[in-house]
Amino acid sequence: MLGILASIIDGVLVGLVYGLAAMGLTLIWGVMDVINLTHGAMIVAGMFALFLLTSVLGLNPYAALLPVLVGGFLVGVALYWISIHRMVGRPPLMSLLSTFAVNLVLIGVGTAVWGTALFNVNVSLPGITMGRYTFPGAHILAAVLAAVIAALLYLFLQHTRLGKSVRAVANNREAAELVGIPTTRVLAISVGLGVALAGLSGVLIATLFPFTVLSGDGYQLKGFVVTVLGGFGNPVGALLGGIALGLLEGAVTPFVPVSWTLVIEFVLFVLVLIAFPAGIFRSRRGAL
Amino acid sequence: MKRLFLLAAAVAFVATPAFAQDTITIGFTDSQTGPLNVDSLGQQRGYEYWRDEVNAAGGIKVGDKRYKVKFVSYDDQSVGGRVQQLYTRLVTQDKADFLFSPYSSGLTAPATVISEQYGKIMIDSGGAEEKPFETGNKYLFMVITSASHYLSGAVDALKQKDPNAKLALVYSDDPFSKAVLAAAAQQAKAAGLQIVMNESYSPSTTDFGPVVNKIVSSNADAFLGGGHYSDGATLARQMHDQRANMKWMSILVAPSDDKFAELGPAALGVTVPSQWELQVNYKPQFGPTTAQFAKAFQEKFHAKADYHTASGYTVGVVLQHAIEQAGSIDTDKVAAALNAMDITTFFGRIKFATDANHHGLQVAHQMVLAQWQMINGKLGRQVVWPPEAKSADLLYPIPAATQ
Repeated sequence: MLGILASIIDGVLVGLVYGLAAMGLTLIWGVMDVINLTHGAMIVAGMFALFLLTSVLGLNPYAALLPVLVGGFLVGVALYWISIHRMVGRPPLMSLLSTFAVNLVLIGVGTAVWGTALFNVNVSLPGITMGRYTFPGAHILAAVLAAVIAALLYLFLQHTRLGKSVRAVANNREAAELVGIPTTRVLAISVGLGVALAGLSGVLIATLFPFTVLSGDGYQLKGFVVTVLGGFGNPVGALLGGIALGLLEGAVTPFVPVSWTLVIEFVLFVLVLIAFPAGIFRSRRGAL
Repeated sequence: MKRLFLLAAAVAFVATPAFAQDTITIGFTDSQTGPLNVDSLGQQRGYEYWRDEVNAAGGIKVGDKRYKVKFVSYDDQSVGGRVQQLYTRLVTQDKADFLFSPYSSGLTAPATVISEQYGKIMIDSGGAEEKPFETGNKYLFMVITSASHYLSGAVDALKQKDPNAKLALVYSDDPFSKAVLAAAAQQAKAAGLQIVMNESYSPSTTDFGPVVNKIVSSNADAFLGGGHYSDGATLARQMHDQRANMKWMSILVAPSDDKFAELGPAALGVTVPSQWELQVNYKPQFGPTTAQFAKAFQEKFHAKADYHTASGYTVGVVLQHAIEQAGSIDTDKVAAALNAMDITTFFGRIKFATDANHHGLQVAHQMVLAQWQMINGKLGRQVVWPPEAKSADLLYPIPAATQ
């Protein structure tokens, strides 16, 4: 019984990080209907940024969050001008292809530089022990930080002028343009934010697990599931979607063979797509 | 003038095959990209090191002629589908005389279909799964110990240390790991050890948290499993972070790479079945000793030799020896020499099964069990099993996580 409870708590902790990893994906989709396939590569970039900042500069792992936030934002703005700007408003396949192309370039360069060798950042924080089960300190802190970052994003979108502009562009770009919002700049900023969020989640994930250049794919895939659960284009829903996914993984594992977890996950993914095409946690139109 | 040109062209045309005769073309794919890149790179370096050595010595001796070795290789992207296309290309377009295997069981199995179809010898150092050797192939030869013997040493050692050990077998859902653990489960049962958990996981699993909790719930105190690279390392780290406190951990493949030391305290005490380690000391009938190989390899690649490089190198040595024995590069004559082979190199003894049901399977080479231990304050691998080959005592039980 304690084992099941432990698995569920573990699931929620990791789920919050999954949620953060999906948030950038869903933000960009919500604002400009573009599925950013460089998302996985950007998560990996965050992981390697953490590795370099801690091993070369000797920074505390959590102090890496700030430079990654700034760096990720700048990379995102550049990505917007390189591969998204001319695709906004075009058929979705075009932006899929252009971001996929950038993704291939990034993964290719990463493989050439680092190979697919394993990297590890050791974080030792005291954990919490419950009977024979231990929740590592790094997991708890990563979950808390993911929730804090999500809350800050929510406050930004709801209560700042720029955040309101982002929401306005998401709702109706032409109308936003008419009332004087510089929509192109807002789009670029949104991609910047989306990529920065991917980088931040990469940093947090890399404090939990060893990683390789190819680790991003798994989280990008999970990001899609979380996005569907949480509602397309709804960053706060993504956090709830992440928790739901983590909870599911934690709750299912004790009862079925481990190899079934992914099968169950994707069956659920399809069921949700059929039953709630706009996502479970999407309460109203234009939730962004 | 025109006539002279034609004459020159004709001479060139006639001369080309004579040049081609003096090289042996060997084809293979390697995984320059994709998840198998690390292990594949080791194997590829082994191949290349052998080629450079042979060519520097003047080539392979066939009768009174010497053949230089030429490689043709492609990136298979760690994808099985690419392997069949590329091996077909290697045989039909690149006219490879002999083939080496790609890395991993999953990629080798599709390649064997092509090598056999075109009647080419393929020497395998990267795929340990037995299945392709049970389908009546005539030109396929494996230099490494096959999957069903990977964990026999671990089971023997565990039985000696704790006959009442409770085992959790948790492994990747791929052909190699499944074959290894299915055999280990039988060996453990035969040794009277109790198996309390026996499950596979998807190779794309990112978080093993719930799996580790399940292992703890099963009351296991010994762990056997893993798969290839990142999954094995992630498992080791999460077992440590979540203080699963296993007395025994055997993980496939991942701990045989030096990068495993990056895990720090999570690596301590982890054992890995290994085809070859720097400490093994066979007396080679020809070729370098372990010490010579390790030193020369380090100088050339600025990296430590591991078992993938050693097995890759051995593939070359075995082919060379067979060609020299056969005195010919004719496929059937070389295959006959391989069938008759019984040699010892620095990698160990090599002999192939010749009965139709297991033809080409390795029957003489022995694996060792290596364990990550503290050596002069630094993490390193020591050979701990079998006792006659050990370089250090087995650390059992693994000291409990102290953080």
